[in-house]
Amino acid sequence: MVFFLVFIGIIVVAGLFFVSIYNSLVGLRNRVKNAWSQIDVQLKRRHDLIPNLIESVKGYMTHERQVLENITKYRSQAMDANTVGEKAAAEGMLGSALGQLRVQIENYPDLKANQNFLALQEELTSTENKISFARQAYNDQVLFFNNKIQMFPSNIVAGMFSFKAEEFFEIEDKTEKAVPKVSFT
Amino acid sequence: MMWELIQANRRKSIFIFIGMGLLLILIGFVFGSYYDSESGGFIGIFFSLILFGILSMVSYFAGSKILLAVSGAKEVTQDVHPQLYNVVEEMRIAANFPHQPKIYIISDSAPNAFATGIKPENSAIAVTAGLLGSLNRDELQGVIAHEMSHIINRDVMLMTFAGMMLGAITLMAEVFTRSLWFGGGSRYKSKSSDKGGQAQIIIMILAIALAILGPLMAQLMYFAISRKREYLADASAVRLTRYPEGLASALEKISGSHLDLKSANKVTAPMYIINPLKKKGMQIANLSSTHPPITERIKILRTISQGAGLTNYQLAFNQVKGKQSAVIPPSGLTDAIKIPLRSSELSQTSFETDKQVKREVGDLMMQLNNFLFITCTCGIKLKIPPDYKSKTVSCPKCGRIHTVSQ
Repeated sequence: MVFFLVFIGIIVVAGLFFVSIYNSLVGLRNRVKNAWSQIDVQLKRRHDLIPNLIESVKGYMTHERQVLENITKYRSQAMDANTVGEKAAAEGMLGSALGQLRVQIENYPDLKANQNFLALQEELTSTENKISFARQAYNDQVLFFNNKIQMFPSNIVAGMFSFKAEEFFEIEDKTEKAVPKVSFT
Repeated sequence: MMWELIQANRRKSIFIFIGMGLLLILIGFVFGSYYDSESGGFIGIFFSLILFGILSMVSYFAGSKILLAVSGAKEVTQDVHPQLYNVVEEMRIAANFPHQPKIYIISDSAPNAFATGIKPENSAIAVTAGLLGSLNRDELQGVIAHEMSHIINRDVMLMTFAGMMLGAITLMAEVFTRSLWFGGGSRYKSKSSDKGGQAQIIIMILAIALAILGPLMAQLMYFAISRKREYLADASAVRLTRYPEGLASALEKISGSHLDLKSANKVTAPMYIINPLKKKGMQIANLSSTHPPITERIKILRTISQGAGLTNYQLAFNQVKGKQSAVIPPSGLTDAIKIPLRSSELSQTSFETDKQVKREVGDLMMQLNNFLFITCTCGIKLKIPPDYKSKTVSCPKCGRIHTVSQ
């Protein structure tokens, strides 16, 4: 009788343990999804801002047609992308084209003095930041989740319910590397 | 991960917090026994807990509102300062935090900031107009990241309850000492018999000692909790922004200002990013200060070179302090991958003169006080006070007439 009760007790405890692991995995996967949707929101915002941006710089920047055309091109590519990998590639191109534009803008003092443009630029800077912060949060979350489903004992539960490792969102950003590092020493 | 870190760090602070609780109970017991040696002790404990309970309830339900009101903060919408709003949202996204904190601006030219909100969904960040005027975007981001970390790490809740415990202890000690002067002692004399006399005297000495030392001890514990959380918030801010220099130069600018924040006091001081009461406590930067010395915080931030993880902060901390002392609990030090630092996002820093900064701060404060701004075509900005009666105003420079739409 005592053994039976102990046996039942062990099973109940093991069951509870199992359920709690499963629940935490589901919770983590939802956090990954939520983090992804944050990126999506910001990418959409970036796409929405671009026509506005082009409209306001077009009058000033006569020599940089190529840069502006590239931005428009990559924007439509990025909007058509479907998978995480495709999106990352297209958004990376778009990001570096926007970076180029920002460098060019430095040569137009008139444009930089324009109040409307300044407001737009703040929006754009912030959107770019939000994208990179959302990406950062997403990748953190993915790393945590992927670690969880590979580590014992949660890997057993993950295997049984086929939790799959999520993909990182890596953007190949060429301008980020080209910008010289400012040192304050 | 952030969440485990919070757990472990909370445990440490909770130890000190429990220490404060025990002190409160002890004080209740001794004061109670002083008045009635038989059952007074327990009445005293009961009374002290009730006092703490009431104070906590009040601060739990209305604490943020009281704090914001005391500091003269005004809630603002996105259009008053789009950059501030954006930076807060950026940090919310970086932390993957579900609630956007409300944003308040304090009409004061001393640069400072604080976070409040016991429940995460009611959190708020308040910054002074002076802060917005003097910091660039990267620096503002560092400050907001620090405040956001206080919210995420649940520091506000801990500090509020610890503050209320400090309040309860101080209040009881004060009431006790006052009652001694007004003939409380006579009650004890009439009751004392030969047998209980000895014990009564011990209780009396203990009570007086506690009345003097209790509030001091509680304050030291309160400050100890506060300092620990400041380092942790700095470390988390670096992790969020990946750019330690932003916060470092912000701290430098804030501490370089000689202005005192008018609305801050002893209890609200630990809430701010740096101690707003500069005259006291800045020189003796040890036990009695709410914040770690600012030069040290800056030095630690500038020593970080390898990456933006919490491990990197801990390493820099050890290097600067020259000793091993855990700011970050061990469970937080398991960054699986290296977190890279990033470079400044500003292609060039804008150099503003002091005059420009002052004007910017002034404009912001006027805007908070419901001034109306009209930009004339000649380039002059007209600032119209809220009690301006007439429907039109003429530009003082070119004489154009503008209609005032209030």
